[in-house]
Amino acid sequence: MSASNAKKMQVTDEVIISMSQVNKWFGTFHVLRDINLTVNKGERIVICGPSGSGKSTLIRCLNRLEEHQSGDINVQGITLNNDLKNIDEIRREVGMVFQHFNLFPHLTILENCTLAPIWVRRMPKADAEAIAMKYLERVKIPEQAHKYPGQLSGGQQQRVAIARSLCMEPQLMLFDEPTSALDPEMIKEVLDTMVALAEDGMSMICVTHEMGFARKVANRVIFMDEGQIIEEKDPEEFFNNPENDRTKLFLSQILDH
Amino acid sequence: MTTPHKYVRTEDAPLLPPPATEAGITGWLWQNIFASMADYQSIGAAIRSLFMITFSLLLVYVFINQTFGLIDFAILSAVWSDPDGLKREACWTVQQGGALPDGWHGACWPFVWAKQKFAWFGPYPSEELWRVYIALAVGTVGLIWALLDRMPYHRQVGVLMLTIYPLLAFILLTGGNNEASLTSIGVWIFGGLAMISVGRMGAAGYLGAVFAEISSVFSIVGWGIIALNVVRGIASVDFNLTPVGTGDWGGLLITLVVALTGIVASLPLGIILALGRRSQMPVVSILCTIFIEFWRGVPLITVLFMASVMLPLFLPAGVNFDNLLRALIGVMLFSAAYMAEVVRGGLQGIDKGQYEGAQAMGLSYWQTMRLIILPQALTHVIPGIVNTFIGLFKDTTLVSIVGIFDLLGAGQSAVADAAWSTPVQAITMYLYIGVIFFIFCFGMSRYSIFMENKLSKSRRH
Repeated sequence: MSASNAKKMQVTDEVIISMSQVNKWFGTFHVLRDINLTVNKGERIVICGPSGSGKSTLIRCLNRLEEHQSGDINVQGITLNNDLKNIDEIRREVGMVFQHFNLFPHLTILENCTLAPIWVRRMPKADAEAIAMKYLERVKIPEQAHKYPGQLSGGQQQRVAIARSLCMEPQLMLFDEPTSALDPEMIKEVLDTMVALAEDGMSMICVTHEMGFARKVANRVIFMDEGQIIEEKDPEEFFNNPENDRTKLFLSQILDH
Repeated sequence: MTTPHKYVRTEDAPLLPPPATEAGITGWLWQNIFASMADYQSIGAAIRSLFMITFSLLLVYVFINQTFGLIDFAILSAVWSDPDGLKREACWTVQQGGALPDGWHGACWPFVWAKQKFAWFGPYPSEELWRVYIALAVGTVGLIWALLDRMPYHRQVGVLMLTIYPLLAFILLTGGNNEASLTSIGVWIFGGLAMISVGRMGAAGYLGAVFAEISSVFSIVGWGIIALNVVRGIASVDFNLTPVGTGDWGGLLITLVVALTGIVASLPLGIILALGRRSQMPVVSILCTIFIEFWRGVPLITVLFMASVMLPLFLPAGVNFDNLLRALIGVMLFSAAYMAEVVRGGLQGIDKGQYEGAQAMGLSYWQTMRLIILPQALTHVIPGIVNTFIGLFKDTTLVSIVGIFDLLGAGQSAVADAAWSTPVQAITMYLYIGVIFFIFCFGMSRYSIFMENKLSKSRRH
């Protein structure tokens, strides 16, 4: 990473997310156990851990795709509770990219991107299209704007999904295993897009097993197991000197093959 | 370096032309006509092929035979006109006292021509028929305009067809001038406005979190009440038209009124019921489920009987509303319940990720439904929706059991006319009615296929 990029990727003191003593159950299954996490603006956090450890559930709680049962979650100073107004406000500021893209197959790429700015931000159509084209260019597929999602490759679809979230100009981006459903040939193009985004100073929380990505852009790596955060370090430390036995086991399983 | 195995290629395999059974005219014939009858490679296959040939020839024979029979009856042997005004004698054989050769069997079209006005419009007064013609003409043009997406403004025309046209048709057909009192309309509209305000306050969160979630129901009902009373208001204006009661309507006119009202009302009602049934709110969900299961559980004939015979017994004396209107409401609610289940099928086919994608971007529940979920769900169930429409169109014939004369009912009473009594009278009329029904139902079917093809282009995966 060049020095100028490192400068751009500086972390500020402004707190963007604070979770304290968050617990969540699916029926009787205790899926998030006493989660405490603070994220500052500009931070790039990678969450990893074995499957079923609650990584996805954690970030899905941040925009109320899942409801937590106890504890406090604060996003951008807004308390996440049953108040629909607060939920809407948070969702406007938090973008999310899914494992399976979740593009809308009946709308063109451009319409996918302009939908939320037009209907949620009440932006005039022309302005929304200008913004959409700006971000489609940033993810390097402006020429696909008038195609339908089904006509694009997986990697292209995921880049559209990233552009679609960016069109809302969010303060924070959540990535839920963005490369897990992609063919190996397409992972790189999506990761490159995410790296570029990080270098522009976007705050992001990313659930992923792409350790190369974690080394390159993350300023903190969080390891979860059985619904708890059991290790939290900067990437070099995390990969070179893991403390917890479960972290060591996990790293040996995903790195040594 | 080791020598490569023999099965590893050292040069590209050549691209070869396809065999005759795969491409060109021979390929088409092979795949579409002879697929199951041209294989003689084993005794079993040969027997199967010979059987298929025999069976195919038999089918072709039956088809041609029947088609010719129909063409002969309807066109070649048919009596087309009755220039001398002989009525039934125009279609009598020598033996029966007429002029046609013995053993003649053909359609008696002059009978249908003579009864055409009755079959189409029933006892609607002839001097007022121009109103029906205008309503039909505007309706036909508007419908075609709205359905063809090549036409400019087809969406706007569609909206007009759903809002202004029913009112126009209602005033033209009945003559308007309903005596609704201004006070009653005013009170209802005031009530509607009150409901909308309550809904607004609820949505803004002034009335508690639980209420905020059902506030949209209040707004919808409020707007419905206002729209209904604006219609009542306009329908009570005196347009100086002779009133024609629905008792004087009949024939195809009734069929179209019942079917179109049912079709137009059942889709939105069905969508609301389907969304309600899948709602997270238990009260809404249970109410919608009970409604749907109730109406699906009773036969349409029962519904119509209840509406026309039983309902007046329960209403207070003096309160009476139109027999046709009662049947219409019955048909509407009945078909809405069926439509709801078709739509629910479509909703269940939508991936959970679509809801999450929309929610994560901050779209509200109604925005998510209108912009993301329903367009996809309804596209998936177009065949089911059109199936319900076609079923409804044909079920309108049941209204004749409560004394409303639809196309079939009017045709049947025309058949009873002794002045046209011939052995072929009934067959001719039923053939005519069958053709009319077929044109409408086949039209709907073709349009649905056209829509499916048009919409499926966005679903290439």
